[in-house]
Amino acid sequence: MADSPTPNLAEAAAPTPAKKKGFKRRAFLIGGVAVAGAGLFGIKLSDSRAASKAAALTTGKGEHNFATWLKIAEDDQITIYSPHTDIGQGSNTGLAQMLAEELDAAWDKVRLVSAPGEPGFANTGLARGFLGEMSGQSGIVAGIPQSFMSLIARSMDLQITGGSSALRYTGQVTFQKVGAATRLALIEVAAERLGVPAAELTTADSKVLHAKSGKSLRYGELAAAAAALSLDSDPQLKSPKDYKLMRTSVPRLDLPAKVDGSAQYGMDFTVPDMRVATIMAAPVRGGKLTSVDEAPAMAVKGVEKVIKLDNAVAVIAKGYWSALGGLRALSPQFSDGGNAGISTASIFKAYDDLFAKGEPADEAGEGDVKAALGAKPIEAKYQVPFLHHAMMEPFALTAHFKDGKLNLWGGMQDPLASKMFAAKVAGLDADNVTFHPMLIGGSFGRRLPMYMEIVEQVTMLAMQLPYPVKLIWSREEEVAQGAYRPQSAAILRAAIGTDGKIAAFSNDYGQPESAESETTFIYDLPVVARRYYEYASNQQAGAWRSVNSTQQGFYNESFMDELAHAAKADPVEFRRKHLKPGSRHLAVLDEVAKRSGWGTPLPAGVGRGVAIVESFKTIVAHVIEASVKEDGSPKVLKVTTVVDAGSIVNPNAAAAQIEGGTIMGLSSAIGEAITLEQGVVQQSNLTDYPILKLADAPAVHDIHFLNSGAPMGGIGEPGVPPAAPALANALFAVTGKRIRQLPLLTQAKA
Amino acid sequence: MTVAPVMIRCYPARYWERRKEQDVSINLKVNGKAVSVDAEPDTPLLWVLREDIGLTGTKFGCGVAACGACSVHVNGQIMRSCSIAVGDVAGKSVTTIEGLKSADGTLHRVQQAWIDTQVPQCGYCQSGQIMAAVALIQQTGSPSDAQIDEAMTNICRCGSYPRIRKAIHAATGKAAAAAQNGAG
Ligand code: FES
Ligand code: FES
Repeated sequence: MADSPTPNLAEAAAPTPAKKKGFKRRAFLIGGVAVAGAGLFGIKLSDSRAASKAAALTTGKGEHNFATWLKIAEDDQITIYSPHTDIGQGSNTGLAQMLAEELDAAWDKVRLVSAPGEPGFANTGLARGFLGEMSGQSGIVAGIPQSFMSLIARSMDLQITGGSSALRYTGQVTFQKVGAATRLALIEVAAERLGVPAAELTTADSKVLHAKSGKSLRYGELAAAAAALSLDSDPQLKSPKDYKLMRTSVPRLDLPAKVDGSAQYGMDFTVPDMRVATIMAAPVRGGKLTSVDEAPAMAVKGVEKVIKLDNAVAVIAKGYWSALGGLRALSPQFSDGGNAGISTASIFKAYDDLFAKGEPADEAGEGDVKAALGAKPIEAKYQVPFLHHAMMEPFALTAHFKDGKLNLWGGMQDPLASKMFAAKVAGLDADNVTFHPMLIGGSFGRRLPMYMEIVEQVTMLAMQLPYPVKLIWSREEEVAQGAYRPQSAAILRAAIGTDGKIAAFSNDYGQPESAESETTFIYDLPVVARRYYEYASNQQAGAWRSVNSTQQGFYNESFMDELAHAAKADPVEFRRKHLKPGSRHLAVLDEVAKRSGWGTPLPAGVGRGVAIVESFKTIVAHVIEASVKEDGSPKVLKVTTVVDAGSIVNPNAAAAQIEGGTIMGLSSAIGEAITLEQGVVQQSNLTDYPILKLADAPAVHDIHFLNSGAPMGGIGEPGVPPAAPALANALFAVTGKRIRQLPLLTQAKA
Repeated sequence: MTVAPVMIRCYPARYWERRKEQDVSINLKVNGKAVSVDAEPDTPLLWVLREDIGLTGTKFGCGVAACGACSVHVNGQIMRSCSIAVGDVAGKSVTTIEGLKSADGTLHRVQQAWIDTQVPQCGYCQSGQIMAAVALIQQTGSPSDAQIDEAMTNICRCGSYPRIRKAIHAATGKAAAAAQNGAG
């Protein structure tokens, strides 16, 4: 990351749209590290203005604000503002548990709402967390005052949800502290009012109690005075043995509205006079709109306007059906941006050529791998396709420009960055733009600020329309214009010594960005090389749930299985030999072997496969039992999973993430692929982009959390990466056929 | 060089060929109430529900009957509302997710089972999943795992399938046939 450009602070302080700033998948990390080293301490900027604006926005009469994120009302209602968009992971419930735990709040009066896209709600905890993790210099981070951290968060428009970061950073770095500090302030006021020493007071259920006198005061009664105190910036946190809310499976706060149809997603937003638009961008990414005759659309009933954008055409109508009819009636012409030669085959060929040339863009590892591999290494080539996020709710964003102010409503993974980007596109001052976050119907990385084309599109439409407009992407547009997990290939090589252990291991991989800073290679080997070969097609390098760990996990864990077989060793035993004794990885592997009954006999036609991957600081191992159906497709019978995420805030919600992540990993391994011909995506809808259905999901999934006490890892993503290799390894055990290309289904048919 | 656009391959051609039709007044019953809408008869029921009647609990996911997010009951039968013309439901009775609760606001037992089992993640598919589950239970009483496999074909990208299965069993008073994970 040393070679990443160092933004100067003047630039960073005046936010520019994500695209222009060269936001890459991990730019929020890269930028952060660079800022930390860029003379930040010389800048004098107070964040109090932003914070008081944010507090004013959310605090009404009879309500009192603490550290922006928390509000206590005089009737004891507690409101927590989350900077994270709960994409379905349940992370907002987890955040509320963390803050309420330290506050000793009465859980039934806690509610959590999405923070407005405002700088005062920029995510300081996230900035601090990522800085520490990515710079590997937590000392530096610890020394940065909180106000500067806020500045970093704000200057980077950090209000993002991603990197499995919500509980790890926002929760631990910010919310627990806010809860604990507020509790101390409430106690301080109570001590004064009761005329007793603070040390004699305890708290529970949103009350301060004085056991000796039997007196108590409600938080609501104390809030006004407590809010006037300055909060302790480094309060003592509870010991885990005293937890009442954390580490329990409280029901998620958001579910009642999700079972009766009342939950409001971006797609559902409606205001009077609103029109609906739908859009088609250049089918070859990089192309422009060259011409379009508007007449056929205008002839469709309900259509009011056709708007041409640089690379897209949009139809505005009374409703979606008319808009779609109008769009469908058009015959727009697009240029191809010089990308018509790009295809799935040409991308794989580009990687092959780079591998043959042998000049990696980046390398890591240790030892002289060439010498250690020797003349005849074991070698295998793997290939994986582009993957579509297929969030269930297609993009839908409403915008209204009136009286110099622009309002937007919808669900994005970073409301603050969305606001800043819209302001830039509209040429407005950020103060005149408001982003109203709504529920999100799935994201998996698609709604990150690097891929906010819909924000640009709807802003451009709204700026030329006198009424509010909701832009809905058809599923066809969603499939064709994705920010896909990159198509990638790798050549793996290894040599096995006479002791049956790996003497050297190399992974040459081709994709649009290096995976090095983000993926973890878990094995302890004497000689290792990871070499990155750079090739970017015309597609965006998307962040797809668990990002690079999906393909890297598949490569490494499939190849480890190949090596185990080459060494005539049991796949679990073989992995054990290459993990550090006493390590968390070894504990996870041993536990999954034990729980899955590894080594015990299976019915004929059933095989077991194992895989273990660390991503986002969480270690997940799956053992999958699978068979092959008559039509050649795989049948997953049972999954046993062991997870070490350090600690878990809400076990049931965490288990749901592991279940869902595993299924998403299996789904992609079995049937999903985006392919390109002449630069154009070949898939059109969920009909030809098959997603695993209930009947094919594992019938049995045993999940166990180890809770080693290591620093908290993520939970939304890490279930995905080991799923594909565990399945492929299980199928190898059944068929003896090694799977080196995904998805499996094209292989099964071949 | 210019390229021909990829056509939006979403709806069968008959929809587009007949677009010249005028709005007509269509009467139907939605969640027990008589409703009259002025719409082109070929407009999918989904968009009439969402945009004309204002019931947004029924979701748009694909528009081509592939995902089930738009599932509703038409005369008690499960249907994907993105792919039925409103003209074809004239005179019929439509139930949406908003119509499942009883008059006093009590959740349908399937909705309650969904909360008890903590099924939804993003929640976007769940209106359709619940409608499909209610129809299945109405048909079979207490569905077996095989019947669930066959009937529950709606997509959930968040992967809530194991809990959907468990919740259907819970709603019909059966303990989950499939061993559910022990969390922690
Ligand atoms: S929207 Fe109707 S089935 Fe997908
Ligand atoms: S809960 Fe998100 S798609 Fe089903």
